[in-house]
Amino acid sequence: MTRWPLLPVVLLVAGCGGLGPSAADRPNTLTTMGFGLPDEHATARVAVFREKRPEVDLRINEGVFDEQQFLSSVAAGDPPDLVYADRRKLGGYAARGAVQDLGSCLERHDVDLAGYREAAVRQVTYDGTVYGVPDFFTVRVLILNNPVLRENGVDPATMSTTDWTALAEVSAKLARAQDGRVQRIGFDPRVPEFVAMWAKANGADLLGDEPHLDDPRVVEAVRYTTDLVRAQGGWAAFKAFRDTFDSFGAKNELVSGQVAAMAMDSWYVNTLAANSPDVDVTVAPLTDRQGRPLTEAGGQAWAIPKGARHPELACELIATMTAADTWVTAAKARRDALAKKGKPYSGTFTANRAADERIFAEVYDPRGIRVLEQGVQVLQSVQDKAFALPPSPAASDLVRSWEAAVSRVLFGQQTPQESMAQAQREADRALTRVGGR
Amino acid sequence: MTSAREARAGWLFVLPWVFGFLLLTAGPMLYSLYLSFTHYDLLKPARFTGLTNYREILTDDRAATALWNTVFFTLLHVPLQIVLALGLASLLRRAGRSAGFFRTVLFLPTMTPPVALAALFLLLLNGQNGAINAVLGWFGFTGPQWTTDPAWIKPGLVLMSLWTVGSTAVLYLAALTRVPGERYEAARLDGASPWRQFWHITLPGISGTIYFTLIVNTIASLQVFTEAYTMFFGARPSTPAEGDAALFYVIYLFQEAFGSLRMGYASALAWVLFVVIAAITALQVRLSRDYVHYEDRS
Repeated sequence: MTRWPLLPVVLLVAGCGGLGPSAADRPNTLTTMGFGLPDEHATARVAVFREKRPEVDLRINEGVFDEQQFLSSVAAGDPPDLVYADRRKLGGYAARGAVQDLGSCLERHDVDLAGYREAAVRQVTYDGTVYGVPDFFTVRVLILNNPVLRENGVDPATMSTTDWTALAEVSAKLARAQDGRVQRIGFDPRVPEFVAMWAKANGADLLGDEPHLDDPRVVEAVRYTTDLVRAQGGWAAFKAFRDTFDSFGAKNELVSGQVAAMAMDSWYVNTLAANSPDVDVTVAPLTDRQGRPLTEAGGQAWAIPKGARHPELACELIATMTAADTWVTAAKARRDALAKKGKPYSGTFTANRAADERIFAEVYDPRGIRVLEQGVQVLQSVQDKAFALPPSPAASDLVRSWEAAVSRVLFGQQTPQESMAQAQREADRALTRVGGR
Repeated sequence: MTSAREARAGWLFVLPWVFGFLLLTAGPMLYSLYLSFTHYDLLKPARFTGLTNYREILTDDRAATALWNTVFFTLLHVPLQIVLALGLASLLRRAGRSAGFFRTVLFLPTMTPPVALAALFLLLLNGQNGAINAVLGWFGFTGPQWTTDPAWIKPGLVLMSLWTVGSTAVLYLAALTRVPGERYEAARLDGASPWRQFWHITLPGISGTIYFTLIVNTIASLQVFTEAYTMFFGARPSTPAEGDAALFYVIYLFQEAFGSLRMGYASALAWVLFVVIAAITALQVRLSRDYVHYEDRS
């Protein structure tokens, strides 16, 4: 009788999750992190898995990938069964033992990464071991605003990134600035985020087996791209102007004539087709200084964390989600949903070559929209020419080092040489630290 | 006997807080102190490295930048917040029957979630077409690039931080109403000017509240994080294009902990901040003995 107050305490503790197994412990339960269901690409692929394995309780934890949450869960021994993350981050997780080797998993499910795009596979392979399966595949291209170029006597067909001197001259001719305010960007090289691509165009890899941030060719690329920006009103005004763009609206920077030409991620072609289908642009490949097409690849990958409760089921989900048949099913669902809204289907760019071939042969529906008909061809032509930065155990620190270095140059705080030398020192230190100091 | 029972009852009532403090505050703090002497990346066991992390802080340029940014923000934000809040409270005191309405209006911005506030101010402060520069333009001034020029990013953040001045103003208003009216009457009879009344009656009368807000605002400013992180770091995986101008100390600490997985170093950074805050607070407490006037001690 005197012990009755203990009851609510026990119930409270049990209710707080202090007792009993978590949902992830149950058999046939599969938990994911970093994968959302924003459109048919996701929902239709999940539906394929659910149809195949109806007995599995698949729990999609909506929201973007949260590194802190992921690593904490691995450290606490309570990770999700799968993660869906930026491929650039996988190397760091692999080096720290936070994700599992997928070699035997892929073998069991007949997933042959030889059929995947090389750049994507490179991003998920660390020390010769595969730690992830690539999902989407994005590249970078040149987007030209035809009316603005023509008004200024520039033929879009002649504009390229091969001749850096000529590009700087055209950029200066197209740019407009008055009273410290930028009114039009002539050419946007998208630095600091695209600096690895500009270095590659100049023949240098920012990252090989080790960082080469102070390579003279990298320094030259940084000097060239930052000078381009500084000649167009200076970085502060340039960036503030760019921040005002309605990039995802009908009056985006190309429609409103705020930009004449820019380097951009491939997904923006789809955005333009959906929001401003009549926009008059030319999509062209970016080129290196010898005139060869050049692009940098990006995208996400699926991986299985260390300590995942159901690695076999997780592996099955990965194999299903990335199979060519599943991608085609998702592409059809996406196309049909867009068709109901009277919109075109611009195709789906995956890292799986077979999936892409079938999607563009069987499902692609550009509905006569020029930006797609012209742009998609270019995108397809550069897919297999893409390069990707190799995985690194200190990827986040390295990217931060070189982007901060370019920012310092953009603001005129350091010369390109000084800044990249500092970035190199920081990168070396970051790699030493990952090794345990 | 009664007092022993009272003491027991008192402990019983505060016991949940004591448990909560030991479990959720003191425990993690001690663990963080231990981690500050280790190399720990969350995934492998912590390895003892002695004072290495603390030595590294002394030579870390980004830590120095972050500390300077934070101190700069605090030095601008705290006095401005206090002066502006005091001015608003003085006006409110004269508002008569409509004071309640204005008090609510002033306090409402405090309810805005910091993330929404950051998004709003990114638009307002834009150097190209932001409303703040448009207003400056009406008076013939060319506004700066608040969100992209490193020299103006911190002043822009200070400007934004004044959005929540209402909560401090409401505290001052309460304090002002407690200053006895007969003191002002006597001063007026003696021919004291409004400035002398403010300096010799109002300020000593509310010095306790000013002291409280000084300490609270200083500590909060030294831990500033959310707005700057949302505006300049949140959407990006790496360094913002604005460089390190908005890199506040806690943001750097967060980056080191969860971006670079250096939990030991981040713990050391946290303890350095703790010591800095404790030292500044101790100095403020020392100075308060000379400048703060308490009614019950006079």
